[in-house]
Amino acid sequence: MSRIEGVLKTLKGQGRKALIPYITAGDPHPDVTVDLMHTLVAAGADIIELGVPFSDPMADGPVIQLACERALVHGTSLRQVIGMVKEFRKTDDSTPVVLMGYLNPMEAMGYEKFADAAKDAGVDGILTVDLPPEEADEVAPLFTERNLDAIFLLAPTTTDDRIRAISEHSSGYVYYVSIKGVTGSATINVEEVAAKVNHIHELTALPVGVGFGIRDAETAAAVGRVSDGVIVGSVLVDTIARNQADTGQLKRALTDLLHPMREALDSLAS
Amino acid sequence: MSVKLTEEMLSALPDARGHFGAFGGRFVSETLMDSLMTLEKEYNRLKKDPEFQARFDKELADYVGRPTPLYFAERLTRETGGAQIWLKREDLCHTGAHKVNNTIGQALLASFLGKKRIIAETGAGQHGVATATVCARLGLECHVFMGAEDVQRQSLNVFRMKLLGAQVHSVQSGSKTLKDAMNDAMRDWVAHVDDTFYIIGTVAGPHPYPMLVRDFQSVIGRETRRQCLEKTGKLPDALVACVGGGSNAIGMFYPFLGDESVELYGVEAGGLGLETGKHAAPLCAGRPGVLHGNRTYLMEDENGQIAATHSVSAGLDYPGVGPEHSWLKDIGRAHYVSVTDDEAMEGFRKLTRVEGIMPALETAHAVAYAIKLAATMDKDQTVVINVSGRGDKDINTVAKLEGIEI
Ligand SMILES: Cc1ncc(COP(=O)(O)O)c(C=O)c1O
Repeated sequence: MSRIEGVLKTLKGQGRKALIPYITAGDPHPDVTVDLMHTLVAAGADIIELGVPFSDPMADGPVIQLACERALVHGTSLRQVIGMVKEFRKTDDSTPVVLMGYLNPMEAMGYEKFADAAKDAGVDGILTVDLPPEEADEVAPLFTERNLDAIFLLAPTTTDDRIRAISEHSSGYVYYVSIKGVTGSATINVEEVAAKVNHIHELTALPVGVGFGIRDAETAAAVGRVSDGVIVGSVLVDTIARNQADTGQLKRALTDLLHPMREALDSLAS
Repeated sequence: MSVKLTEEMLSALPDARGHFGAFGGRFVSETLMDSLMTLEKEYNRLKKDPEFQARFDKELADYVGRPTPLYFAERLTRETGGAQIWLKREDLCHTGAHKVNNTIGQALLASFLGKKRIIAETGAGQHGVATATVCARLGLECHVFMGAEDVQRQSLNVFRMKLLGAQVHSVQSGSKTLKDAMNDAMRDWVAHVDDTFYIIGTVAGPHPYPMLVRDFQSVIGRETRRQCLEKTGKLPDALVACVGGGSNAIGMFYPFLGDESVELYGVEAGGLGLETGKHAAPLCAGRPGVLHGNRTYLMEDENGQIAATHSVSAGLDYPGVGPEHSWLKDIGRAHYVSVTDDEAMEGFRKLTRVEGIMPALETAHAVAYAIKLAATMDKDQTVVINVSGRGDKDINTVAKLEGIEI
């Protein structure tokens, strides 16, 4: 069983939902990323999605675009991001880490080299925004062989046939993108999301994480009610942008943001 | 080094997943997959629909002004002293460039699919103007995404688009040029996927775009083939076209791919010289990667971040290239070369002075290379240059380079 599967199974046994924060590695500076990852765990994170910065983040709104730019100013590379996970693992070998990013940096590094390095560093899952399963023939087996979970996206526009096919290619969890739009753009319609997530649950046995549009305890609880986990991104990244000058203050701000979400999610447990 | 491509091989490309050998494909976020698959299905249906084709042909004839002439550049040929140089006059298309062949095709597709909102990316503004034009013609809402840098550099075209009723969105992200405009157009599409049609301006992007843009632009090569046979009694020996994303080049090359004897030359922007790194020549100096929905040759750094590009011509200033060109390069069917900014300027001046035809700076790259090539060939051979556009839009750039204020 992968670390991701294990964590999600334990939570399910407790009737709890996963809190999955996203931050972009290297933002605001490569030196503080590992520290921020530990902060997220202390504030209640169950799994961390660590963004790999890319020069052309086509599926991201301005908040995460700027995070990529801040990270790339310091030359944050995929190799360095993997190094950060290795560093994180020195003191935390229980919190799963998912690398989330775009295909080209992985292709430039070489898929086999990337998969080996990720496994060696203690990465648990890979989510590639611009890699639908149709194009993953070459890459996905390299992940599976190494027991790295391949996490694919589902969207409001995904048909039932595709939901089934994508779920078959996925392990760990599937990530439901709750809105038609880029990260950080619109507010979610909780009822629509609930209906779609319930439907996805009918088509796959995999846990369903829901991301895009979750910004506070209230939306986290509303989405947590129907899903297995909530992914929180832009609101955290925006907090990083606003507190980049002072790491101490930044860590407090991230904690203040995540804590109420953790509590709201746990209050759902029956 | 020509390769024999049979009819059978060519009709099987791209394959069902949009691959040209190792290139092409569909690398986009999940939200867009359904739309792309629908577009592919509908396009494959309309391609065989006589009503759609008749409508497209009629627009090309009466609105665009096709067929465009194949013109013998007699003085240029004499001065060059080698092969006969012929010009395919896409500069005479409505709006002044080949771009409109594609925009009219895609706008018709949008109309047949019932989509009323159109988005497009643009660099120099030529594709933006061509899109705004056909949207005015068909009564469609038009949004053009343009890098803030290019909005500054190409203010004349921005004004033209506005006159045509388009809304121009100035893109502030990344390098604020064409690639970022394309990113933002994709982002807009994700957010408006139900009612919006994205008219991509070149043979790049996710499948089926490289295929359908090629098909719409192939009218250039089909006409050239027929006109060559009529006027010279034989096929040309070489075709030369500039390559930005590669739409005018593939439009010219495609109907000749099976003609082994015809050499194909795609000319990329060498900028300040390939050795300086300041250029836009992914086929000459890049390596394969994934950007904007397809796998193709790219300009990138060692970490897979997309590199900044440079060219005197905004329309060639793009770090990627259509996937079919990447395939043609790897199988050795087409040659890809580059000329520098300075050489292109020389080509611009030459064609203007010797033939009274002022080419776009993009086209000037093809002109510069074709002159070098023709000089090495025999007098009974023929070279056709695809004159992809006229140079009026570049007057300000040329004046600035010469230190003149207009
Ligand atoms: C006149 C002209 N030629 C060529 C190009 C380059 O595009 P492509 O390589 O797709 O033909 C452009 C693009 O703006 C253009 O305006």
